[in-house]
Amino acid sequence: MLTLENVSFEVQGEKGQKEIIRDINLTIDDHKFVVITGPNGGGKSTLAKLIAGIEKPAAGRIYFGGTDITNLGITERANLGISFAFQQPVRFKGIQVLDLIRLAAKRSLSAADACQYLSEVGLCAKDYINREVNASLSGGELKRIEIATVLARNTKMSVFDEPEAGIDLWSFQNLIQVFERMRKSTDGSILIISHQERILNIADEVVVIADGQITGQGPKEEVLPKLLGTASAVDACAKFYREGDKR
Amino acid sequence: MDRIQQRILAEVADLHEVPEGAYNIRANGQMAGRSTTANIDIISKTEVSGIDIRIQPGTKHESVHIPVVLSESGMKDLVYNDFYIGEDSDVVIVAGCGIHNCGDQDSQHDGIHRFHVGRNARVKYVEKHYGEGTGEGKRILNPVTEVYMEEGSSMEMEMVQIKGVDSTDRRTKAELAAGAKLVVRERLMTHGTQYAVSDYVVALNGADASADVVSRSVAKDQSYQKFDSRIVGNAACSGHTECDAIIMGDARILAVPQLEANDIDAELIHEAAIGKIAGEQIVKLMTLGLTEEEAEAQIVNGFLK
Repeated sequence: MLTLENVSFEVQGEKGQKEIIRDINLTIDDHKFVVITGPNGGGKSTLAKLIAGIEKPAAGRIYFGGTDITNLGITERANLGISFAFQQPVRFKGIQVLDLIRLAAKRSLSAADACQYLSEVGLCAKDYINREVNASLSGGELKRIEIATVLARNTKMSVFDEPEAGIDLWSFQNLIQVFERMRKSTDGSILIISHQERILNIADEVVVIADGQITGQGPKEEVLPKLLGTASAVDACAKFYREGDKR
Repeated sequence: MDRIQQRILAEVADLHEVPEGAYNIRANGQMAGRSTTANIDIISKTEVSGIDIRIQPGTKHESVHIPVVLSESGMKDLVYNDFYIGEDSDVVIVAGCGIHNCGDQDSQHDGIHRFHVGRNARVKYVEKHYGEGTGEGKRILNPVTEVYMEEGSSMEMEMVQIKGVDSTDRRTKAELAAGAKLVVRERLMTHGTQYAVSDYVVALNGADASADVVSRSVAKDQSYQKFDSRIVGNAACSGHTECDAIIMGDARILAVPQLEANDIDAELIHEAAIGKIAGEQIVKLMTLGLTEEEAEAQIVNGFLK
């Protein structure tokens, strides 16, 4: 279980301190699939980084499995069982996809085992396993490899920051299936930051964050109808899919 | 050979036992072993120190190992090795020099290698430099490599210096005739107060000659690196040189890629980049559970792989 207690975060802006996260209280129960959504600039990604330890809160406490992790670094949190998939995955010259998946799994996986994680995210494993994680990969390919590293870790808490960003519409369908499968197979909790209605649709719980605060929270049946009434939540892709469904 | 020499041999030539094919092992300035084959002859020079390696035309899929090991402190070794690679042959040549210096005197090996690559011959050349030892004495390597490539020949050179060499001044010169192709991949890591200069001059003298000279390096601590690569296009040719370096600590790096076109159809490109490890790379690996130091080591290892 992950608990955020009165968590705030601020950055130094032009006009003094600017609050990005304001006194947020949130609990993610074990085995839950939670999606955080809300307008751009509302503080969603910052919240994910606070959970992974990439940012430190200005106030408040964060607990994971009963342990106070507020002052723990990224590495310690990762080793306690928190995984984080970047919105914009990082490139590495020379490090191969296989190396990265092995580092993620923390064991000497066979190439065949590593390939399974790539197949899981819809990449033809043999074409990718020896590729370098460098600029020769497209944004969508990198994104899927990023998700594969989180799958390989198989931790108690997996946080995905906008997994759909940079993925083409054709791959998006597969991405939904990845999360559906992950939901069935994992013992841990999944926290996804997303604007996508289809991802919201498979959530146990939806949390809406706007202007650094939680403005809505509950089962998708309750939160979604309110949310979809607002123009900001309906982006072009969601429209596309809904129209596609009608055809 | 003693155990220190055997271990260094494994470092520089991946040799764990007597190699197959032709070889010449030089230890502390003396020949420690030699083998020749029907197609590859190795002959000691008489006027200066060194060997001639003669590879018969048409020799295919054979290899020559010529590692050098220095384990006596204060040893200064200068050798001239000439390779005559016959037409249409296809061979692998593994050189390499390892210095173990536990004493207080400098140990130095200067190898002057000349390659005469015959028409349509293919050569893969691997050269590794390695140093170790706890003494105050410096480990110094100053290789000079000259490559003369005849029409249609190709050569791939892998030059590696990852650890323990205090001072190195590498000079490489190549001349390519029509249709010849040269590929150089250099990997270098310096640490402590090490000093490394790598200088290439590649002349593309014939039509369709091509060269690709690429260096990847990491400079740590207070070390200094200079990469100076010059490609001269004297015909309708293509050349590319690239230096990609990671700088760490208080290290200094000078990259000097140079192009000289003396023909309107010479197509030459250079690239150079120096930068520190990106913070987000370290953060990503830390989210996989690595410490900052482990993350840094993985990034460096990957970069130099």
